[in-house]
Amino acid sequence: MRLTRAEYKEIVRWTEHMRPTRQCMKMLKERFPNHSQSTLLSIFSLEYQKRTKRTISRHHAPDAIESYYQRYLSAAKAHPAAPVLLEMAIEVDLSPALMARLILDRFLQGLEGEMPSKTTLNSMLKEPSLIPDHILANNIYQCTINDCCYGPLVDCIKHAIGQEHEVLLRDKLRERNLSFLDENQLRAMGYDKTPDIMLEVPIAVEGLIVHWVESKASFGDDHSHRTYLNEQFWSYCNRFGPGLVIYWYGFIGELDCQRDRGILLKDRFPTDIVTLQPASQKDQTPQ
Amino acid sequence: MAALLESLFLKKTDINTVLDWLKNAEEEDILTFSEPEVTVTKQEFVAFLLNFLREQSSQALTHGPATPAKTPNRPRPPGQARSFSDKRGCRSAGSGASTRSASRVQLFSSSVSPGNEFDASGNSGAQFLSGVNPFGSPSFTPGWSPASRPPGSERRSGQRASLGDYMVSPENLQPSPNFQSQKSRRRSGGSTPGGGPGRQGGGRGGHHGDDTARWDSMGKRLGRGGGGGGGGGGYNRMSEQISPPSVGQLNLSNMEDFPPVGSSPILPAASKPSRRINPTPVSAERPHSKPKTCFTSTPFHKPSTPPSAESPEGLVMARSPLSLQEERDLLKREKTKFAQQAGSPLPAPLDPCTPTKSGLRTGSKGTPDVQAPCPEPPKVTFSVELDLLAELYYTCISENLVPNIFLELFFVIQLLTSQSTHTCEDQLEKSCAASSDTLERCYLRQVHNCVYFAVKLLESQFQLVAYLDKVTLRLLAENERVASFSPDLRDRLTNAQDKSTAKLSPSVSTFIHSVAFQPATDNRSNFNTDKAFHTFKKQRDIFYEVLREWEDFHKQPGWSFDSALGSRIRAMMSQLTSAGNHSHFARLFLKQLVQMCKGPRVNSFSGDAPDADLLGIVGADSLGRLKRLEERLIQPHGVVGPCPPPSFPGHQEFFRDFLQTASCCQLNQHLQDSLCQQLLQLDEVSILSPPASIREGEEVEEDEEGDGDMEQQDEMQRFTSVLLLARLLAKFLGFLSFLPYQTSETPSGEIKEAAIALRNKSVPVLDVCGLLSKSVRKKRTILTVPWLVEFLSMLDSIGPLLICYRTTLGTLLLLYKRMLLGRSGEMCYLNKLLMLSVLGWLFQIPVIPEDIFFTSEFTEVAKLEEGDDNSAGLDNILLVDQQLLYTCCPFLGEFRKLLAAFVSGSTSKSSGIVRKITPTSAEPKDTQVANRSQQKLQVDLEQAFFHNQPPSLRRTVEFVAERVGSNAVKHMKATLVSELVERGEKMLRDGLQSPNPNPSKLNDSICAQLCVAGLEAPTKATRYCSEKSPEAIRILLPDETSQAVLSTAENITKRLATEKACSWLSANVTALIRREWKSRYDRVMKAFGSPLLPNARDLPETVVGLVPQDQATTPKRKQGSVRSASCPPDCTHGAPLPSDILIEIKELLSVAVGPRTDEELPTGYLIQTLLQRAKSTLTCRKFSTAVSEQMLLNSTVLLACKLVSAELPLAPPSGHGRGDEVLAGSASGSEPPVRALLEQLVELWGDERHGSAPLHLLFASLTVTAVLKASDTEWKNYLFLVRKLVDRGHLSEEEVISHWKTLTNLALPTELIENFQLQSRAMKPFSPPADTLSHMDLLQVSPQTLEGAT
Repeated sequence: MRLTRAEYKEIVRWTEHMRPTRQCMKMLKERFPNHSQSTLLSIFSLEYQKRTKRTISRHHAPDAIESYYQRYLSAAKAHPAAPVLLEMAIEVDLSPALMARLILDRFLQGLEGEMPSKTTLNSMLKEPSLIPDHILANNIYQCTINDCCYGPLVDCIKHAIGQEHEVLLRDKLRERNLSFLDENQLRAMGYDKTPDIMLEVPIAVEGLIVHWVESKASFGDDHSHRTYLNEQFWSYCNRFGPGLVIYWYGFIGELDCQRDRGILLKDRFPTDIVTLQPASQKDQTPQ
Repeated sequence: MAALLESLFLKKTDINTVLDWLKNAEEEDILTFSEPEVTVTKQEFVAFLLNFLREQSSQALTHGPATPAKTPNRPRPPGQARSFSDKRGCRSAGSGASTRSASRVQLFSSSVSPGNEFDASGNSGAQFLSGVNPFGSPSFTPGWSPASRPPGSERRSGQRASLGDYMVSPENLQPSPNFQSQKSRRRSGGSTPGGGPGRQGGGRGGHHGDDTARWDSMGKRLGRGGGGGGGGGGYNRMSEQISPPSVGQLNLSNMEDFPPVGSSPILPAASKPSRRINPTPVSAERPHSKPKTCFTSTPFHKPSTPPSAESPEGLVMARSPLSLQEERDLLKREKTKFAQQAGSPLPAPLDPCTPTKSGLRTGSKGTPDVQAPCPEPPKVTFSVELDLLAELYYTCISENLVPNIFLELFFVIQLLTSQSTHTCEDQLEKSCAASSDTLERCYLRQVHNCVYFAVKLLESQFQLVAYLDKVTLRLLAENERVASFSPDLRDRLTNAQDKSTAKLSPSVSTFIHSVAFQPATDNRSNFNTDKAFHTFKKQRDIFYEVLREWEDFHKQPGWSFDSALGSRIRAMMSQLTSAGNHSHFARLFLKQLVQMCKGPRVNSFSGDAPDADLLGIVGADSLGRLKRLEERLIQPHGVVGPCPPPSFPGHQEFFRDFLQTASCCQLNQHLQDSLCQQLLQLDEVSILSPPASIREGEEVEEDEEGDGDMEQQDEMQRFTSVLLLARLLAKFLGFLSFLPYQTSETPSGEIKEAAIALRNKSVPVLDVCGLLSKSVRKKRTILTVPWLVEFLSMLDSIGPLLICYRTTLGTLLLLYKRMLLGRSGEMCYLNKLLMLSVLGWLFQIPVIPEDIFFTSEFTEVAKLEEGDDNSAGLDNILLVDQQLLYTCCPFLGEFRKLLAAFVSGSTSKSSGIVRKITPTSAEPKDTQVANRSQQKLQVDLEQAFFHNQPPSLRRTVEFVAERVGSNAVKHMKATLVSELVERGEKMLRDGLQSPNPNPSKLNDSICAQLCVAGLEAPTKATRYCSEKSPEAIRILLPDETSQAVLSTAENITKRLATEKACSWLSANVTALIRREWKSRYDRVMKAFGSPLLPNARDLPETVVGLVPQDQATTPKRKQGSVRSASCPPDCTHGAPLPSDILIEIKELLSVAVGPRTDEELPTGYLIQTLLQRAKSTLTCRKFSTAVSEQMLLNSTVLLACKLVSAELPLAPPSGHGRGDEVLAGSASGSEPPVRALLEQLVELWGDERHGSAPLHLLFASLTVTAVLKASDTEWKNYLFLVRKLVDRGHLSEEEVISHWKTLTNLALPTELIENFQLQSRAMKPFSPPADTLSHMDLLQVSPQTLEGAT
């Protein structure tokens, strides 16, 4: 879905004060019924990550952590069955999953007297039943499962989505009989930068040459596109020539401005594909 | 010198004696004549003659850049208008001490500014001019040594103003460069109101004023610039009056049809003197910044000539054609587009208009201009002397006694197009004519005489002229002056047009095509360390980032390479150094350089593939017109003369600036090494000489040599490619090698001596002397010299004085002098022409000492060996065509510009010379356009295909295509043609049997029939190529090549080969058949004893034009193997995506853990279908990864926990009880829906095709606690679930027990055990008897264990 910057801005404005919960997502969806849920979630998720990056240091201050922890302890004691941690995260505008991590970290410190290892922390977040304290475990799980932007399950879903779209992309290419090398094959050949797909025989999409295709199962906003440009797309261009980026969840239309520089943006697999047809000698004959 | 000419004029010396002396190279250099004490050397005499001609014509030549003669006499070049847009040059000139240096500077700067201008307007046609100031000022500083100036020249040069006087201050020009000339003109109009004797007066006044000014300023304001600001008003004003308008104006009389397009870059300062003056009103503002276009640098008149500044140009001024109004408006609109010029308001359109003298050109539109100098043969005076001069001059040119033959030719054409206004200056003429001093007479003052002289020269130099491009020839042929002075010359020119082939469209697409990553050279194994590898990964990206930024911004005003990119580049260099990656970067750098700057692709088989982008827009048929339009738009602008300074046009500028900014000695060294190696390789490259086609140095004929012709074309292409590449590399090698020695000021005196002594001891980067002499010996100079010239053009100011370069330059000089165009030697004419052109250019560029040509300082150290007689080197092969000549010497296009400028100034008289071109609309036109863009896309795709393949693939394809194409032609000759000839013979014999045979008629008809039959050849050749190409490609490419690549390569090869064969065949098969037939016919007729040989060439032309069959074959493509090995065989991959299922389960789980509302609770049906979908997702492995699969299983287990503990209660069945029914159907009896779901889950986990579910989560204390907290139903469900797991064999009893054992700290109530036992028993009927037994045993044991543990 190709959004104009104005449309995108409106969505962003609407998400400004949202929390990453199921309920908020529902509201967002109702507000913008014309956009797909994935697009909305992707936009929100990117926005929320930006917000988090801006504010995380505030929550990571030792005294903040301590105060959260103490608040949790007393609230949990008072209402063992209540979703105290989740509510607190929502109140202080911190991602519940990140709040869970903070509190768990603090809890383990208190338990073991030293910094818990990342592995322990991660595995407990993934599998709260490993947490010795049942109430905490329930709270932690409540936080991670309710968060739609952070948390192990969300990470896994994002990863899965990325994989699936790459598979879909390969399918589409095969459907069109387009021969390609994938990332792994390229890496094996020693390429230093590897797009998802490198076409063995280039194609033309909307009149532009395409050598490689990169699949992005997310929304292409300014920030992420700029990052991708710098870290990936230009690098591909510099090595393989012009190519195509598919933002499956849409992008800001205005970003598609590097076509003549060799980067074409699409939100789906293109239909207008021209392949090399050397056999058509009719056009090439003299006179 | 002067005495010799004088004595010739006075007929004291025989002209033939002198001519013989000039021609004879062996003869004594010194001629002694009449009075024994007078002797003259050839050098001196030639120099004198050149100067004499220029001085003579200085008044007539008020247009076009100077055609300086570099002579010891140091004549001021005539007509030097200058504009110096380059500040640095300006300053250096200004600070330069000597008049001479200023002139030197000026010489080049005048050619510089238009380059800038064109660059700015993005005009590719003038690209070669851009990139001014290749090194900064050093290139403009004179290398002229005062010592070499012979005495006697003082007088003249004293009078001559320094060229610097006329330099226009760039600052002053800034505000409105494009309208400078108009303004100045208007101003002059304003200052001389009321009209006067006529425009000639104005012109004259200008000249005088000019002179005065020069006297004023001589020696003090060399660089000027300041002159504009503070200079005397009189001076300024006077110059304004004559200030010829910039060359760049469009033809006004045409302007309605042809408004200034885009930037229509009128030069910043009327830098070029031009006789084409735009009668646009001139504004009075900025009196100090008027263009110092006063260009008559050779004040023939003594300063005493009364300044006639007051003689106004009123007459012309009075006439202000209304049509101009529109144009002014147009100009105004145009102008507003130029942001920078915003500051200078356009003159009000109604201001009095004062066309300057050249206004007479434009004036012809409506009112016939009585005073237009229309040269007429009867008015020629001094024709005897002119003939004599012409003969001397001609001889000097043809004997290569002049430093640059094209410069002289340019001068001649300037004379031809002279706009002299002196026709009515009777008095002066008289005094001049009456001059007792024969040398002081005005031989070339009148336009009649100039044209007469020029036409004489053109006639005698016709052979050379005939090699100019078509447009130039047409312009010459259509020039009314040529026609009126020599109809014969006009006819010859008209005929010559047809032979001319040079095309002048060197524009190439500038899309950055990156250098492809090639695993063979670029992957990890090519680097010492991981770090180096990854550093280089970044470097590559930074390099392109910088390049892109340069492309975007470098033309913006105020943008500076160093400040914008410098820090990034230097940071990159320091990283390079720490990683030791210079060699990699050098390779990348060079490849990119070559890719972007090599120039027109000559290697592509797609024939005359023009500008690809344009092709896309307008299509092939309109492209030609568009090109012509483009040419017309740019042509009249910026006549800069045939000796522009070395420059780095287009992207070369980036690479130069990059190197300068990077300033990295390691990188430079690597680059130099690499450049040297590549250059030497290229220099050695072998170009085959087709055995049949070694030709003498005569004119190139349309030659129907059979396939020798085709091979020769291939070799020519190859040579072109090699030569252009070598020139590019050599220029950069030169740039790098002399970079360390570039200084802003020319060192002088001791410093110079010391530098020479020092540098003479070190080894030069290339052994240029050795290379050159080897090249001469092997007769390969046609390859070596052009690139050597590029290399040497980069010399620093000391360079030419070093022994090795001095020797080289001397050798080149000898070579130049030896290479006489008129004499048919071994070398082909065009080869020679190219050599002479590049050498002539070299001798004129600033860094080469001016006196090189007229002293023996250089030649005495050099010696020119003779080539090996036996060997046939490249020099003997016709390798240069007009295209290559013009590509290497873009300045040859100056002739065309000069003539075009003249034409557009006199359009109405020679109506129709400049043809109107209807601009082509760029809008797509339906299908045609679609077709064309498809065609273009295919070409692009093909180029793109090779991009990421190993270079060897392309080489193979091109090679095979070339060979197969060539073989196809041979095959056609051997089969089709010989068959046809056989058939023809039979027909002939039959025909001859008939009564009253008419052999000639028979011959005609048979030949015609055969030719028609021959049209089949391309079809057959196509078939041949389609058959042979794939075979060869298949054999030559590695076996591992993927099917797609292979078949694409095959198809491209097929197409290229077919194209090659067909294009040759369609063009030549008729001629081939005719020739074959002719010889057969002759033989047959001989046998018949009837030698009636009609000339085959007189046969009617058979139109050749064929379209070979479309041999379309769809490329076979490998059916991609589907990567879903673990899917069930009949899997359709229609299952939901793992991520979708994960999202749904996550939703359920989050509802389960809350907070939630009751409406959010799922129905059993919903969960059931979800689980069904989850099952299919897990079964189809297509989209799943280990991570997502594990997470999916994990989530289902957690879902089970939530279900079994009733943390996720099911929504009460809806009114219809649909969920219930379904569940009931799938579950046994009246069991609650939960159990059905649990059973479904157990089944899901049991599938062996995917990984095992983390069932331990069911036994986590959290789960068990939750279950225990819930009601009895939940507990029973839990046991049911465990039971099922055990029954299905997902878990063993032992595992269950051990899980429970770990729950010790939970203090499981004894009910658990009891309930479990109970449940176990209840399960019993469902379990197989044997199993049940063992279960029972275990379960009976387990309570004890548990109790014990508790």
